[in-house]
Amino acid sequence: MNGAQDLGGQHGMGPVAPEKDEPYFHAEWEKRALGLTLSCGAFGAWTIDESRHARESLPPATYLAASYYEIWIRALETLLKRHGFVSAAELAEGRMLEKGTEPKRILTADRVAGVLAKGGPCDRPVAEAPVFAVGQRVRTRNFNPETHTRLPRYARAKTGIVEAVQGSFVFPDDNAHGKGENPQWVYTVVFEAQEIWGEGADPSLTVSIDAWESYLERA
Amino acid sequence: MHDHDDHDHHDNHFSDMQARVKALETVLTQKGLIDPAAIDAIVDTYETKVGPRNGARVVAKAWSEPDFADWLSRDATAAIASLDYTGRQGEHMRAVFNTPETHNLVVCTLCSCYPWAVLGLPPVWYKAPPYRSRAVIDPRGVLEEFGLTLPDTKKIRVWDSTAELRYIVIPERPEGTEGLDQEALADLVTRDSMIGTGLARPVGAGQ
Repeated sequence: MNGAQDLGGQHGMGPVAPEKDEPYFHAEWEKRALGLTLSCGAFGAWTIDESRHARESLPPATYLAASYYEIWIRALETLLKRHGFVSAAELAEGRMLEKGTEPKRILTADRVAGVLAKGGPCDRPVAEAPVFAVGQRVRTRNFNPETHTRLPRYARAKTGIVEAVQGSFVFPDDNAHGKGENPQWVYTVVFEAQEIWGEGADPSLTVSIDAWESYLERA
Repeated sequence: MHDHDDHDHHDNHFSDMQARVKALETVLTQKGLIDPAAIDAIVDTYETKVGPRNGARVVAKAWSEPDFADWLSRDATAAIASLDYTGRQGEHMRAVFNTPETHNLVVCTLCSCYPWAVLGLPPVWYKAPPYRSRAVIDPRGVLEEFGLTLPDTKKIRVWDSTAELRYIVIPERPEGTEGLDQEALADLVTRDSMIGTGLARPVGAGQ
């Protein structure tokens, strides 16, 4: 979706302002936000793609004004309500009012190390051979779905070179919306800056994205 | 946000978030959906166990052992897993090597994808709009804000982490480090040098 999350190439966002000796957390609630997000993700009720879509679906003014942990919490509330684990009234009152959905799994402290060490691999086999080969010129498609996609706006309808075939992975554009994993080949596609940014682009710059096969056409 | 009896700083955004997250954790705990001790364990993992020292050891080993560097370039996931750095947001790793000709820079313009298994949790700036918007269009300007000025002749390659591959930059080995062992070399490898917003420290520059 063309939401506030699709930031590549936007202007006016200000300086980067790196913080010297930055702590991992800037407030206690950020620690809880991290732990809550991971604990609820461990229910197995939604995928990482659905959670990314919940974050990018925040109203743009909210998204751009929020810290990333705030984005996580707002999206987590959406996901918990959508899947019936908590109600809006419970969030408003800050206490349990009714029984909700039972999760498949609950992340207990003794399981944390194992769950984090395992992660969530999302490579999946596909039967077909890759359509594109290393060195091939490809053009990204031009589309503007209101749904989830990982093809940024700045890289749509652009011609680049396949630099690597990276394996086959869950297709987020489908998986975010409960349409199945439908894995596809993923390619690293590299673009000259002039192709993306046109006049005045830095001639020493190239930019790559990792693109699912259906994002690409022969150039 | 909603009124609560335990605070009165409603004009303060951070205390509002504190209350909002507290309410959420309370509901989830009362419903038996979360284990608060699991949250403590998650936080402890990323405060004390999984951080950029992991990545620094990967870099130091790559600098010291050509065979490991070669493995890292061909199959970073397996090479890094051989050091026991695996798991969440490190499932599918790629290592990209700086050279005298090319400087690499990693960004996630669409969200906050970052190689947790080797670098830990990302800094705020990595997840914030200024870096995410500008890294792909004005990387030299971004690097200047980190105090890094690259010569015009140096090529810049920006890797936008749009899929599930997670990138670690292998910075160039500083000169005069031939006699150092891997732990001493790892001391020269900053978090930012593995994102591409910095270089490895010169010898004797201190921490």
